[in-house]
Amino acid sequence: MAAKKRKKSTAAENEIINLTNVCKAYSTGAPALKDVNLRINRGEFVFIVGDSGSGKSTLIKLLLRELTITSGYINVMGYDLSKIKHRKIPKFRRNLGVVFQDFRLLKDRNVYENVAFAQRIIQKSNKEIKRNVPSILSVVGLAGKYKAKPRQLSGGEQQRVALARALVNQPTVLLADEPTGNLDPKNSWEIMKLLEQINENGTTVIVVTHNREIVNAMQKRVVTLKKGVIISDEEKGGYIDED
Amino acid sequence: MRISSFFYTLKQGFRNLFRNKWFTLASIATISACLFLFGLFYAIVTNFAHIVKTAQEGVAVSVFFDDGLEESRMQEIGELILKRPEVSDVRFVSAEEAWESFKAEYLGDYADGFTENPLADSAHYEVYLNDVSMQSALVTYLESLDGVRMVNRSEIVATTLTGVNALIAYVSVGIIIILFAVSVFLISNTVMIGISVRKEEINIMKYIGATDFFVRSPFVIEGILIGLIGASIPLGVIYGMYNVVMDYVTTRFTMLSTLLSFLTVDEVFRVLIPVSLGIGVGIGFLGSVATVRRHLRV
Ligand SMILES: Nc1ncnc2c1ncn2[C@@H]1O[C@H](COP(=O)(O)OP(=O)(O)OP(=O)(O)O)[C@@H](O)[C@H]1O
Ligand SMILES: [Mg+2]
Repeated sequence: MAAKKRKKSTAAENEIINLTNVCKAYSTGAPALKDVNLRINRGEFVFIVGDSGSGKSTLIKLLLRELTITSGYINVMGYDLSKIKHRKIPKFRRNLGVVFQDFRLLKDRNVYENVAFAQRIIQKSNKEIKRNVPSILSVVGLAGKYKAKPRQLSGGEQQRVALARALVNQPTVLLADEPTGNLDPKNSWEIMKLLEQINENGTTVIVVTHNREIVNAMQKRVVTLKKGVIISDEEKGGYIDED
Repeated sequence: MRISSFFYTLKQGFRNLFRNKWFTLASIATISACLFLFGLFYAIVTNFAHIVKTAQEGVAVSVFFDDGLEESRMQEIGELILKRPEVSDVRFVSAEEAWESFKAEYLGDYADGFTENPLADSAHYEVYLNDVSMQSALVTYLESLDGVRMVNRSEIVATTLTGVNALIAYVSVGIIIILFAVSVFLISNTVMIGISVRKEEINIMKYIGATDFFVRSPFVIEGILIGLIGASIPLGVIYGMYNVVMDYVTTRFTMLSTLLSFLTVDEVFRVLIPVSLGIGVGIGFLGSVATVRRHLRV
């Protein structure tokens, strides 16, 4: 298959993520990422795909600075993540939204509080919180369920809450690690459409997914990992079939 | 920090108590148990120490003078004795006083038959010690003084009291070590439970960009509240118990309570309350900081 390589030269100020020769090795086993080079511009929508164990989540964790790289260079939103000081990390993360496959909601708080939580962390006033939270809940289509506890919601609804929480602080970059991994096709599509809509409003969106059908249909940039190496990076790409 | 953030943090601290009810109960029970043992031990030991101290205060060494010693020398001897560091008080008892008290104690009405003081040579100093273990050293010194005829003392009482004092010290140290070990074990267990309960929540907070301070504050407030509650319960229980036991002892064993002087509940709690609350809050604070610390690295 003739993969069309990305060649577009990028102006530095437009670049929001830059990984150069990044390697990541866990203390045990083979390196999870090997010599990864990846540049992402402001406002892009990127799918990261690949087999189980190919290093997708590891990549997301590096971008979040949950993990540090073993060697190479990583810059996200102007922060050199191998040099960033511990006390600067919160400020860095406030410009990131994160969504996981398992939602990670606070189970003992209702929908409203789960979303408001993100605003409290950045010390928004109660007045702002009362304005922002309902508005983002209506974006994700949950305005009517703000009093429900997570366990009273379906998987799709829980993921919308997680998405609302990730978005309420208006992040520059949204990272999503298999956000539809636990959802049925209909809900998967709805979440993906929301992500696309968020991207259209200017947020850079990076989505890890196994969902072949959606990737093929949406015609976005697709980065494919295999055993820790980027084997393909295509504009308007598709899900690469294993031999 | 914004005012609204401050109140939010405070509220979260209170809410944390109810969020993980079992964890809260386990922590309070742990601290209560430790401080109950501590309080019980303290109440017993201070009473013991008080009884021994009162007994010590009553132990006097009597110093008698050579026949016909002039008063100026007696005065000198008195001053020399007072200079000794182990001496807390010196009282001069004249021959008349000695006779009066002897009459009152042993003779009653029969004393009328005496016209002269039969205890003419009995003027003496009563020397009180602040530390009975120093008695024999003091006696040796007193016997070496010019003008001293005889020194009377009660050696058995002194050695017994000295022995009891040492025993209290050893037992205290031993029990404090055991209590400390038990507390550390129980509390670190509780902290481990706390860590597993909180792990997810702390991780989520960190992903969203909470500062360490923001993450820690509600847990620290929770810890302090647990410490306060955990300290108050045993204080209340011991207060009640102490009163009941004192009532029982004074009504049932009247002999005992006239012989031994116990501390009042107020005297015991004047120290026990601040110390217990301090320990409780300290444990709660350190425990919560330790619980959260592990997860702040992310
Ligand atoms: N904490 C860890 N310690 C050691 N090895 C790890 C750790 N986390 C991941 N790995 C290894 O690193 C490699 C990449 O894992 P990663 O989770 O990034 O894969 P993935 O592409 O996200 O897979 P999946 O699609 O199943 O989620 C795997 O071989 C995995 O076993
Ligand atoms: Mg993964």
